[in-house]
Amino acid sequence: MAPALFKLSLKELQDLFTQGDIGAFDIARSYLLRIGQVESKVNAYISLANKETVLAEANAIDTDLRQWRKTFPLMAMPLAVKDNICTQDLRTTCGSTMLEHFVPPYDATIVSRFKEQRYLLMGKTNLDEFGMGSSTEHSVFAPTRNPWNLDCIPGGSSGGSAAAVAADECVAALGTDTGGSIRQPAACCGVIGLKPTYGRVSRYGLVAFASSLDQIGPITKTVTDAAMLLNVLSPHDPRDSTSTKQAPPDYTKAVKKKDVKKLKFGVPKEFFSDGLDPEVERHVRAAIQELKNLGGDIREVSLPSTDWAIAAYYIIATAEASSNLARYDGVKFGHRAKARKDLLDMYQETRAEGFGSEVKRRIMLGTYALSSGYYDAYYGKAQSVRTLIARDFQSVFEEVDCLVTPVMPTAAFPLGEKLQDPLQMYLSDMYTISASLAGIPAMSLPCGFTQTGLPIGLQLMGRPFEESTILRAAYAYEQSTQWRKKRPPIR
Amino acid sequence: MMSYHVVIGVEVHAQLRTQSKLFCSCATTFGHSPNSQTCPVCLGMPGSLPVLNQLAIEMAIRVGLALNCTIRADNHFARKNYFYPDLPKGYQISQYEAPICENGWLEVSSHETAKRIRICRAHLEEDAGKNVHQPRATESRVDLNRTGTPLLEIVTEPDLRSAEDVDAYLRSLREILMYLDVCDGNMEQGNLRCEPNISLRATENDPFGTKVELKNINSFRFVRDAIEYEVRRQSKVLSEGGTIQQETRLWDEVQGQTVVMRSKEEAHDYRYFPDPDLLALNLSSEMIDSIRVTLPELPSSRKQRLIQTFQLPEDDAEILISSKALADYFEACVQLFPHPKTVSHWVMGELLRELNTRNISAQDSFMTPAQLIKLLQLVDQGSISLKVAREIFPELYAGGQNPESFVQEQGLSQVSDEGALMRFIQEVLLNHPAQVSQYQGGKETVLGFLVGQVMKASQGKANPGKVNELLKKALSQSS
Repeated sequence: MAPALFKLSLKELQDLFTQGDIGAFDIARSYLLRIGQVESKVNAYISLANKETVLAEANAIDTDLRQWRKTFPLMAMPLAVKDNICTQDLRTTCGSTMLEHFVPPYDATIVSRFKEQRYLLMGKTNLDEFGMGSSTEHSVFAPTRNPWNLDCIPGGSSGGSAAAVAADECVAALGTDTGGSIRQPAACCGVIGLKPTYGRVSRYGLVAFASSLDQIGPITKTVTDAAMLLNVLSPHDPRDSTSTKQAPPDYTKAVKKKDVKKLKFGVPKEFFSDGLDPEVERHVRAAIQELKNLGGDIREVSLPSTDWAIAAYYIIATAEASSNLARYDGVKFGHRAKARKDLLDMYQETRAEGFGSEVKRRIMLGTYALSSGYYDAYYGKAQSVRTLIARDFQSVFEEVDCLVTPVMPTAAFPLGEKLQDPLQMYLSDMYTISASLAGIPAMSLPCGFTQTGLPIGLQLMGRPFEESTILRAAYAYEQSTQWRKKRPPIR
Repeated sequence: MMSYHVVIGVEVHAQLRTQSKLFCSCATTFGHSPNSQTCPVCLGMPGSLPVLNQLAIEMAIRVGLALNCTIRADNHFARKNYFYPDLPKGYQISQYEAPICENGWLEVSSHETAKRIRICRAHLEEDAGKNVHQPRATESRVDLNRTGTPLLEIVTEPDLRSAEDVDAYLRSLREILMYLDVCDGNMEQGNLRCEPNISLRATENDPFGTKVELKNINSFRFVRDAIEYEVRRQSKVLSEGGTIQQETRLWDEVQGQTVVMRSKEEAHDYRYFPDPDLLALNLSSEMIDSIRVTLPELPSSRKQRLIQTFQLPEDDAEILISSKALADYFEACVQLFPHPKTVSHWVMGELLRELNTRNISAQDSFMTPAQLIKLLQLVDQGSISLKVAREIFPELYAGGQNPESFVQEQGLSQVSDEGALMRFIQEVLLNHPAQVSQYQGGKETVLGFLVGQVMKASQGKANPGKVNELLKKALSQSS
């Protein structure tokens, strides 16, 4: 038996499995052991799958395979799912007291697809409550720690998924991105994170934070792995009206070439402004140089509306959230306060007890932005800004194929550092929010390390539904550098 | 008390007759055990998403076209946010800024005059569930079977001036909805709900007064009662120098009065915004036109046609078109038996009585048009008397029998044979010499008595026309 299967990428593990070199049971055992070793330090998971269930399913896969010889791309692959994506077998908490004991009566469309392929669900990963945060500290299940430095945040809100992949507690994971929640933790944890075009992946079963921005995407060890997962995620889902009917290409075809010849890259000057940490900037600039060396055509471009992105985002996202989170009222599911005099009291106490402070802050912001008399000044204005931002991208993409920027202004910061300062926390999304507002695909990949050994992320953004283009560029860059070979120190 | 000019606008919620709910595939049928007709979508489960029912869109367009509305090519859905236990998502998916139908009108006749009521808008929305409060229970329960049922909310401009206007408008609207086959139109069952808003002003030239909205009205009678009550209440307040509060009032059918439900201060801020889970609905003119050509003949034009084609009195036509099925029944009959007056008489009389007794529609009639016509033909041919035909109608209807064989089995055929009739006549003349001499003495009114005696002797089977003729002949001969 191959040692330390948990170190492999999805592609490597899949190859060994389909060749028959290893069985599902070997995979399950290796990952369960790894989780046993490191999970107490990382706290990547809110709920772990039952060990016996995982081993039994692995056994069943091995038995069936001997008989039927039919395999699927994700068969026996140990994956983790962010805990705001519904799973019938495991509670789905969203990192909140409100849903602490909520077991959904149905699977998200994406989870059903994984099940059909007979994946191994290792557990549900930690997140900022309802996806609201950039550090995974806003979880009632304790913060997740960064596998590269346990005193630092893993990014957020998909911090649990990114940390689980970085710490080899799963081979790949699902994250969700509303304003940077896949890319930002991927950057912090030195892994690949891809936010697909809005509408590319079904949201059915993803517990909504901001419906017009939320998107499920892969967090993986390699670019190839991201392409493989995206193939499974992308087909149309009739249960989600915003899911595109445009058939997806085979994304793994985009990860073959090791150069970026004929690709034009834009470097938007607004993304290299004052708040950018010099060490981060140096690595991002070096990465841009490397893309040039690989045959890319690099030019500076401008996205003039960028400055308004954060303001617009925090109005639109909170407005939608205030409505999406109204259903947690103690009536039908989730937490219900014990003390209650009457209906209003039940609502108030339930929501006071069930939501954390960041969620309450955003519900209040969003409620205000939609209130009569303020709607035009806030929500209406923010929608106009959103249109301007989308137009900026549209015109830039007439000139270039791909945009290159930092993912975050800094590397991962220490736990607790920004917890008392929500505005500072919001600024850590300044480079990821634009792509969310414009609905375009964007990914994060490692492009170096700080002197203290923390990963730095490079962001690539592409035209709507052109995930293949950014995957191609990311793959070429990944193959020409050694970053992916560096592993976190955690044992 | 001063008299005031009344101004009324009406909101009607019509439940559309789709098989499944507006945003999920759950059935819309009622009477099932609580919460059995639900799924993650209509329960508002975290992560579930709405998918629009295309049939509901088509039905809304049909109504819009029939009400002379503009169908918006770019309409979209909005969320109406408020907390209530029967509203599982904490918001209702409705339409706000961009309703599917706008700027239409409906012509109604009230007080013998035709009047055009402008329709401001008609929009689609999902229904809420139902809170169930059991007497003496300490907790309330929620049944979400109805949640997500498609409703079309049809809103008029403030063009109505009296309870009669509202009644006429509602009846016309209901007829149209039923002709279009999009709504069952039953107010008692709640699939047609009417919420009038009422204001008063001193003269027609004054600006509108403060309006009061009425809810919880579930029959045509209560619509009138509630409006009349509210007009009296407001008149009294104003006459006494008071002011009307903008508020929503509930009709209490037991007390026969309206009571405050919520004041303006308690009105919700619904924080409407476009629902990001649903795409904007872009309706092509081809699609709208393809629906336009399938519209059936509407009640008002059908009424005109019945009057012109069959020379029916207006009142008859009005009754016949009150239900599409009844008018269809009538026309099917006339096809078989071209005597429209006779047919309408029977359809509106005997048939409608049986239908109403059973509370069913003409399309579910136990007696087919062919059977009814057979009966009328038997009368026409003199095989049975009109009286017999009327008498046997209920039994014939209930049994669904063939009138011809029924008449034969029961021995009800009318006697027209002269020989047989003459035997009855001779017998009667013999037994009533006094009346015979009265007649012959010039008192011709006594003939009716003698005819009656002959009919009696024949046990009602004699053909009365024939009896009349033969009796006269016999009396003149024997004198």
